[in-house]
Amino acid sequence: MHFMSFVKTSFKLWFSGGRYYWAWIVFLGLLIVSGAFAYRDQLADGLIVTNMRDPISWGFYIGNFTFLVGVAAAAVILVIPAYIYHWEPIKEVVLLGELLAISAIVMCFLFVTVDLGRPDRVLHLIPLIGSPNFPSSLLAWDVLVLNLYFILNFFIVSYLLYNAFLGREYNKAVLLPLVLLSIPAAVSIHTVTAFLYNGLPARPFWNASILAPRFLASAFCSGPAILLILFQILRKTNGLKIKDAALSKIAELMAYAMFINLFLFGAEIFKEYYSNTEHLVYTKVLFVSVLGKTSVHYFMWPALICSFLAFLLFLIPKTRRNIYTMNAGCLMIFFGVYTEKGLGLVIPGLTPDTLGEIYMYAPSLTEYRVAAGVFAVGFLIFTLMVKAAISISLGETVMLGDQSRDSRI
Amino acid sequence: MKKEITRRDFLKKSAGVAATLCLPAWAACTQDNVEAFLREHFLELSPQQLTKVLRRLEKENLKRFGKAGTIDATPAMKGVVFGYGLDISRCIGCRRCVHACVKENNQSRKPAIQWINVIEFNKESGIDFGEADPYYCSPGSIHNKAAGEKGSGSSTQELSKEQKAILQNPESQYPLYQINAEKPKTEAAGGCKVPRADHFYVPVACQQCKDPPCVKVCPVKATWMEPDGIVVIDYDWCIGCRYCMAACPYGARRFNWSEPELAAEEFNPDTHYLGNRPRRRGVVEKCTFCIQRTRKGLYPACVEICPVGARKFGNLLDPESEIRYIMKHKRVLILKNELATHPKFFYFYG
Repeated sequence: MHFMSFVKTSFKLWFSGGRYYWAWIVFLGLLIVSGAFAYRDQLADGLIVTNMRDPISWGFYIGNFTFLVGVAAAAVILVIPAYIYHWEPIKEVVLLGELLAISAIVMCFLFVTVDLGRPDRVLHLIPLIGSPNFPSSLLAWDVLVLNLYFILNFFIVSYLLYNAFLGREYNKAVLLPLVLLSIPAAVSIHTVTAFLYNGLPARPFWNASILAPRFLASAFCSGPAILLILFQILRKTNGLKIKDAALSKIAELMAYAMFINLFLFGAEIFKEYYSNTEHLVYTKVLFVSVLGKTSVHYFMWPALICSFLAFLLFLIPKTRRNIYTMNAGCLMIFFGVYTEKGLGLVIPGLTPDTLGEIYMYAPSLTEYRVAAGVFAVGFLIFTLMVKAAISISLGETVMLGDQSRDSRI
Repeated sequence: MKKEITRRDFLKKSAGVAATLCLPAWAACTQDNVEAFLREHFLELSPQQLTKVLRRLEKENLKRFGKAGTIDATPAMKGVVFGYGLDISRCIGCRRCVHACVKENNQSRKPAIQWINVIEFNKESGIDFGEADPYYCSPGSIHNKAAGEKGSGSSTQELSKEQKAILQNPESQYPLYQINAEKPKTEAAGGCKVPRADHFYVPVACQQCKDPPCVKVCPVKATWMEPDGIVVIDYDWCIGCRYCMAACPYGARRFNWSEPELAAEEFNPDTHYLGNRPRRRGVVEKCTFCIQRTRKGLYPACVEICPVGARKFGNLLDPESEIRYIMKHKRVLILKNELATHPKFFYFYG
């Protein structure tokens, strides 16, 4: 029973860790408990405990979902440059990317589920047993592609790890096509998610064909930003061998992606302001106060500035090679893209509503708690998977002796 | 047929597995709950299954309201496609239609759900949704501003504390917004006399589009267009994702953000499965042209109540109908023409 010992070893790995590891796990655990209680309230009282209402019927949950689809997509797309530039630990880069993708997809599922009014009817979405509205509903498509993407990545990771655990060489002929397939799959999940918004003529802010390209460009920034920081942590804690050169190469690619993202965004802003039609009001919600002071523009300006500064930091070779400015850039990109693609996408898309009513939405405490809980679940899954995966794949934990293995795909 | 069997088998099996896994939860499952869970899509129900579903729901009503009432599923009449006409030049904005609709269709009283949204416009600016005021004559009115006229539209104006409170919680406006159906709103009731000078009123409810974007986006086919053109929702199939609300260009769809409150004495017991039967939390609802009435040859409640005769209703396929007469002889307009949703709700100037 190799598999049982694989599971047993993983368990052993999860329960062995330093003080910081346990502090992190306890922290996530607390967030999960708090989120679970908040969600229980939401189940008991209905979505009234959120601040969403008829004029703005989607909010924080769906914003987070959109952002995380981008993270899931970009984590895997990073495989391409890993191949082109022959980064040394390609297998680890692929592995971590896929693990991040898996955790992000789990969070996506959770965010959609907590947003549902009737989660008990979620089976209606599943082909054969439910009645998914193919081919016309993009949400039905999104559920399908996200599930396929999840299964694909889950299989690749399990296959890689199990073989590494057995100290066995994996079969390239099996793995390579799957890894290559996961790249267009990654593009497709984000494109479908963009089309989900894009295909609504009732919402002019979303009904712009630039949305899907913008989504991909910004995903190319946010996904690698998370991985860059992660690589550094793992380099310290688990002896992951990744060179500085590879890190700054990723940062350079992010600079290009951010340039495209800012350019596309700028093109959109130009169109709105120069044509100055009635549709301008949505962009105004994003950038200037429309009613009162509680508007998304308070976050949007800093977010835009952060994105731009990060672009500069990653463009200039000196600052992208410096570990401090690089990390600062990563955080700024994370904040910038999270705002732009989360509430910065949902709020102006729905405000004012189709009949001109302006209801300024800001998430309720319950929404924050549930969302934090979902993020904590994702991070916990990610932490546990990475902990097992890294030590297995780096050859620290091998079942059969200590054969040296080639770690390239 | 094959699909049905697969679905039921699968669900039964998984229900069995789930039952063994969580016995306490299983204990809470009544037979009715299980039946509701295992049900087919409405359009795939056999007549026997449909009857069973209707009786089960009546039983539920009995428990909830003390009377079962009737839930029928009267099908569409042959050769009928319903159309609606609304005379903008007659409407006085009294909102009697709103309240007749709430009564007839068993909408939640708390939080207040209203399918008809009467909007006040300035005669100066015409139908411009940037200038629309759905809260006229209430403190929530955003164009009824006391001071701070800088620039046009709503983009630069500051809100009073009261206005903000209402915008933060749209439900809070309704107590201030109650209109006695017998007499027009008065200043004392927190309202004002309508119609107000220099204003006109456009009631907006579901436009019953011929190409409904809501139906297109629904991920589970919980909403569809019936043969008589009425776009309906199966409240027992909807998963509450609210994609249809994002897709609707007319803000016609309402969500049950909490368990709808409807007092037993206010419950209208004559209901249709796809229409006014009481809803539960977490699902979307909207105007159905009073499907429970119109399929039996009655007018919708809003048409009957309108004191100025601004509302017209009829069969679009019948050349002799009033609605066809209006389309032929009046100046007709539809909302958001450019979106090509092809509403069957026609506004006209009488």
